[in-house]
Amino acid sequence: MSVVATTPRFKDNVHDALHDQRLQGALPHAKNFIGRRADAVSRLPEFDALRDSASAIKDHTLAHLDLYLEAYERKVVEGGGYVHYARDSDEAIAVILGICKARGAKVVTKGKSMISEEIGLNAALEQEGIAAVETDLGEYVIQLRGEAPSHIIAPAIHVTRDDIEADFRRVHRDLAPDRDLSRPEQLLSEARAILRDRFLSADVGLTGANFLVAETGTSIIVTNEGNGDLTQTLPKVHVVLASLEKITPTLNDVAQILRVLARSATGQDMSVYTTLSTGPRRAGDPDGPEEYHVVLLDNGRSATLGGPFADMLRCIRCGACMNHCPVYHAVGGHAYGWVYPGPMGAVLTPLLIGVVEGGQLPNASTFCGRCEAVCPMRIPLPNLMRTWREREFERRLTPPLARAALRVWAFFAKRPALYRLAVEPAMRGLGLIGRRRGRFAWLPFAGGWTRGRDFAAPQGATFQSRWRAKSGAVR
Amino acid sequence: MSARDEIFATIRRSLRVGAFDGPRRDAVAARLAQAPAGIIPRRGHGEAAERLATFKFEAERVQATVAEVDAAADVPAEIVRYLRDNNLPSTLRFGDDKRLADMPWAPSALEIARGPSEGDDLNAVSAAFAAVAETGTLALVSGPDNPTTLNFLPDNHFVVVFAADVVADAESVFARLKAAYGAGALPRAVNFITGPSRSADIEQTLLLGAHGPRRLHIVVVKS
Repeated sequence: MSVVATTPRFKDNVHDALHDQRLQGALPHAKNFIGRRADAVSRLPEFDALRDSASAIKDHTLAHLDLYLEAYERKVVEGGGYVHYARDSDEAIAVILGICKARGAKVVTKGKSMISEEIGLNAALEQEGIAAVETDLGEYVIQLRGEAPSHIIAPAIHVTRDDIEADFRRVHRDLAPDRDLSRPEQLLSEARAILRDRFLSADVGLTGANFLVAETGTSIIVTNEGNGDLTQTLPKVHVVLASLEKITPTLNDVAQILRVLARSATGQDMSVYTTLSTGPRRAGDPDGPEEYHVVLLDNGRSATLGGPFADMLRCIRCGACMNHCPVYHAVGGHAYGWVYPGPMGAVLTPLLIGVVEGGQLPNASTFCGRCEAVCPMRIPLPNLMRTWREREFERRLTPPLARAALRVWAFFAKRPALYRLAVEPAMRGLGLIGRRRGRFAWLPFAGGWTRGRDFAAPQGATFQSRWRAKSGAVR
Repeated sequence: MSARDEIFATIRRSLRVGAFDGPRRDAVAARLAQAPAGIIPRRGHGEAAERLATFKFEAERVQATVAEVDAAADVPAEIVRYLRDNNLPSTLRFGDDKRLADMPWAPSALEIARGPSEGDDLNAVSAAFAAVAETGTLALVSGPDNPTTLNFLPDNHFVVVFAADVVADAESVFARLKAAYGAGALPRAVNFITGPSRSADIEQTLLLGAHGPRRLHIVVVKS
């Protein structure tokens, strides 16, 4: 029951997003993250050294993933918890449904979990008559709207305040029509009151995990609202749903990565709640779950180790890459068409759903390099996207016309003398023709470009000829 | 093949390793035993007074409020003052922590309730296991002394921190947990709390009190 991807229609999605006035009004909010991250980074002189440290920890962990998984599993079981393995989304769903049914669960509260989006959990629960209640404010809003998250840490960033008010008035039946909800804090109070009842009545609480600690058998969530904690503390059963690469060796290693996580995500030094959960309620504990389950999802991650995309497994889901991405800023997250948007989504999606379905996404980049520059785990995102483009070309998934054009270009690019011979007169000619206006409103073979903007007229000489004229170095 | 076996087999095939590779096992055992510290920011370090000042500055930066009192016996009066100044009802819930139970609550005239919260308490007080100067963070541990529900359900959360428990960084908290609970062991829940609950999910506007406490008031006991 995985989520249906619209990634093959990426171009249409982009077109729709660019013409969606409401979306275009909401998207500038995503740029707020840029300044906040920069401020947080400037307050910590050790930030870049911590990025190196955090990346090295993940590389070490991934190279020993089997052994750390064994150690982690041993600790969880020792502490009275259960560990379940799921090769794919269907297996993960089956395990979770099994846990819910054993308890006769009717309501499952959920902390924010991208893995639950990846496996399409909510729809699967609903199909079995179990109500899935998202409790993160943003996730709650998009659940009311029947939408998917458009950002991995700010799922409702595409929604405006007016939309949220309308959604609450539509769904919250007891809401008096004259109740003032014009200010954001009034909307928050309304959601808080509604969800407080759900927290207290839920049978099962499901959260994701930012870390699974091998040293202690601990799962860790990082949140700001406190919803994840209410989700996992109040019901009788706590289910942790996480992918394999969340394993981290020790608590000290977690402390290293935590120092780059929140700063890269929201620009906070620390998120408000960092919660370490180790097993079920102990003798004498007055609160906490009676059962503690961990569902470990693979979904192709084990096969990614040691390969060309292994760097992607360092990703800690902070969202910095999309927060700094000009493509994401222009089209938002839904245009990407599956669960993970932005540069990390462009690399991860083809890994998870295949290059045939997801191969369009690695083209959604200007290769400006900002994503790699801000990635706390130093993932070479542009390079990985380039690798996908090569795969797409090799597998003949690129449209025939584009393939033909690339082949023509490659022919000249591999023959520099011929390239100069062809390009220099052409540029001189174009420069001459365009001299008066300085730009072209239309050019043959460049309709895709000139439909949206003018093409600047060349100045006459090519870069190469000017380089030679200035006696620049030649390789 | 079970899901577990197949996942382990795929990992080992991808990494081109066998299951009984001695040096790899040694490397993992060593890291788990030694837990190397990595890069530690200077910010939280310094003498006790400097650490306390850093803690206070960082906690206030994230919208917590901080008061200092001379002795544990002064805590009830500080909580009463805060409740009165903020026009809040004179109720308070806390767990079995002896440090809290031994405080002179009778003169405060507060309506005291004990044990975990059912979700209808406005005010609760907990005693922290430790506090982190680097980020103004509190560390609380689960159990009957300080029930976890008190950290999240009440609207107003008071946390008592003894000055000797203000440490430089998270690593120091982990070392203290190891000393208290043993190597590789933790209480069921350890809550690191940095400021009151918040959300920016509505048009990126920062709002306090999303699902957890709207106010976090930290009372530092200096002696």
